[in-house]
Amino acid sequence: MECVADDLFKALADPTRRTILDELTESSGQTLFEICSRLSMRHGLGLSRQAVSQHLAVLEAAGLVETRREGRYKFHDLNTAPLREITERWLAPGESAPEESTP
Amino acid sequence: MKIHLTSVFVDDQAAALRFYTEVLGFVKKHDVPLGGEDRWLTVVSPEEPAGTELLLEPAAHPAVKPYRDALVQDGIPLAQFAVADVQAEYERLRGLGVRFTQEPLAAGPVTTAVFDDGCGNLIQLASEPQ
Repeated sequence: MECVADDLFKALADPTRRTILDELTESSGQTLFEICSRLSMRHGLGLSRQAVSQHLAVLEAAGLVETRREGRYKFHDLNTAPLREITERWLAPGESAPEESTP
Repeated sequence: MKIHLTSVFVDDQAAALRFYTEVLGFVKKHDVPLGGEDRWLTVVSPEEPAGTELLLEPAAHPAVKPYRDALVQDGIPLAQFAVADVQAEYERLRGLGVRFTQEPLAAGPVTTAVFDDGCGNLIQLASEPQ
């Protein structure tokens, strides 16, 4: 469990990786090329493709990004499920996990 | 010096000529038999008939497949074409069944998108500088 948390916090500790998550939030299912384009054209981050690949590997190890092969292409999808562990971990005494709001 | 000609490898020259002319709207410039089934086949933009030619080159060389497979997997385009309105062209091509690996993405003054030419390559659309 603590291993999983280590991977998650390590992944979130880097500003470039958080930017990648921001961009995937806007549109999930991006190729490596699109992620590189967004980082350079929108954020002025001049990273090599190899460096971006390494960031994606860290995000994937943390479960925040999943890759999907579709024909000849490989897409990267956002998965925010691991973030729930953070919000549920440090609940104040007597407080229950956030639930779906009811009308 | 001028950039007079550039090329993309295509799986099937006849199919590529159909796609590049009937779908993308380029016009055939040269079509010369090269022996066997191979042709020296080029297209140009109707907006620039004397402009840079695009050679639709046979993809039979064994180095082509691993090279293109690796690039396509990562979504990397092999050529870029300019259009006045990327969003409109995206919708037009989508309507004709063209598969996009990147939907129109606005970044500052430039909008880009990436599609599959069905001949083995990804191609980038970019908005013309205003």
